[in-house]
Amino acid sequence: MARLTAATPAGAPPNGTPERAARILYVLLWGFARIFSVLALAVAWELLARSGTFTPFQLPALSAVLDRIWSDAVSGDLWINTALTLYRALVAFAICAVGGVIIGMAMSRNIIAHWFFDPIVSVGFPMPKIAFLPVVILWLGVYDVSKITIIVIDAIFPVIAATVIAIQGVERELIWSARNMGATNRELLYQVILPAASPQIMTGLQVALPLSLIVAVVAEMLMGGYGLGGAMMTASRFANSTSVFAGILEIAVVGYILVKAMSLIRRRLLIWHQEAHAPSTA
Amino acid sequence: MRQSLIRYLPLLLLAIAWEVVARLELVSTQALPPLSEVISAGISMVKDGELVSNGASSLYRAGAGLALAILVGSTLGIAMAWWKPVNVLLAPIVEIFYPLPKSALIPVTVIWLGFGDGSKILLIFLGCMLPVTIGAFNGARSSEQVLVWSARSMGASRLRMLWDVVVPSAMPELLNGVRTALALSFILLVSSELIVAQKGFGYLIGFLGANGNYDGMYAVVLVVAFLGFAADRIYLQITKRTLAWRD
Repeated sequence: MARLTAATPAGAPPNGTPERAARILYVLLWGFARIFSVLALAVAWELLARSGTFTPFQLPALSAVLDRIWSDAVSGDLWINTALTLYRALVAFAICAVGGVIIGMAMSRNIIAHWFFDPIVSVGFPMPKIAFLPVVILWLGVYDVSKITIIVIDAIFPVIAATVIAIQGVERELIWSARNMGATNRELLYQVILPAASPQIMTGLQVALPLSLIVAVVAEMLMGGYGLGGAMMTASRFANSTSVFAGILEIAVVGYILVKAMSLIRRRLLIWHQEAHAPSTA
Repeated sequence: MRQSLIRYLPLLLLAIAWEVVARLELVSTQALPPLSEVISAGISMVKDGELVSNGASSLYRAGAGLALAILVGSTLGIAMAWWKPVNVLLAPIVEIFYPLPKSALIPVTVIWLGFGDGSKILLIFLGCMLPVTIGAFNGARSSEQVLVWSARSMGASRLRMLWDVVVPSAMPELLNGVRTALALSFILLVSSELIVAQKGFGYLIGFLGANGNYDGMYAVVLVVAFLGFAADRIYLQITKRTLAWRD
């Protein structure tokens, strides 16, 4: 999704040129260009904060923020908060992955399941389900169960929708051939339909994962307590803007790692699929 | 008519089940007031103007933030696909910020712009911009080379080519990105208003809930959910019209 620069640029050096050095230089330059703007952004942040254009409350210096992250890491708060947020987001994500695929499969195989879930999914998917957060708090309190529940409510819809569309899109010829060769219904499902549908199901999961992190952070912010979101909200109540910015960086790193890990897993799991060999265009 | 009745029957059944469960007091009416009372609470809130005035400020925030995001995001995305240097400069930044859970920005926008409209508009703008940018970028990049070449051979200037070839062919993916942004704008709007606001839907939900007026709270939740759903459906219709030239 967000892989914008992974493919080599159009102006890559022609193959077969003898100058290896030129190629190495090129790779170095390209790598530099890739991190240049991020570095420039970091330097600009530091300089802007030090120049006094903004108060330290509005924009604490990057060095101060990194220092804060370091001291959080040393005191152990960082790890507790990160672990709790990850725990909530990932447990909910696992529920969404399993439940969403099961519901999606049921919808495409069973007409009653389809009749029941289809309007719920088509109405529920575009809804801002985060609005149900106070209702969930009312029912389940402010602890992990309610946080995980609201994440599941939000993130399960993309998985269901992707599974249904994926199974619909499986080539008829594949199913016919398997049937013809005597596959039972169960074999057909596990050995033909699910593998053939897996790329699109993965895409649904890749939507659900960042969504679960977004909702986890919001739920923590609203309910307070430990967790990256809760820590940020506490910091913001005490006007501790260095910790707020530290929280953003921490959450950004967690999000980045999760999204990257997910696309690695995708490449690994779908290594047999032709998309792994096709040049990446998305 | 009959078909759509059968199609949406499950929703109707759920609504009836809600009413029955609440009436029989299988769960406490505090936790689940009967649907009929929720609806009547909603109607009285519309009548006394509470819902409308809060809704207007919410829609203003979402609309302004989303409009800015679409404007800036699509410009950036097309520029990144069209001019190499822009891509080299911006792509790493986009790649780093795209996976950032946007809700993390709520406290910062409050630090910068306070509790009012400004912070919500900024949040929605920042949160919704990147999906639009990436949609526009992917769309513009995949515009067919043949079309670009023919336009050039027919003597189109670079700007003309951009406007007449690249932008239209970026349209489908761009509009898809906007759809993601639309859904995201509702999520960010409601969550930021739930956490810090003095008016708006989210504020109203939190306020009514804190005062134990659960009929009203449920009514506002349902209204927000319905608005999000309706916005998506209307947007899909508009998209279909806009892309009618493609087939």
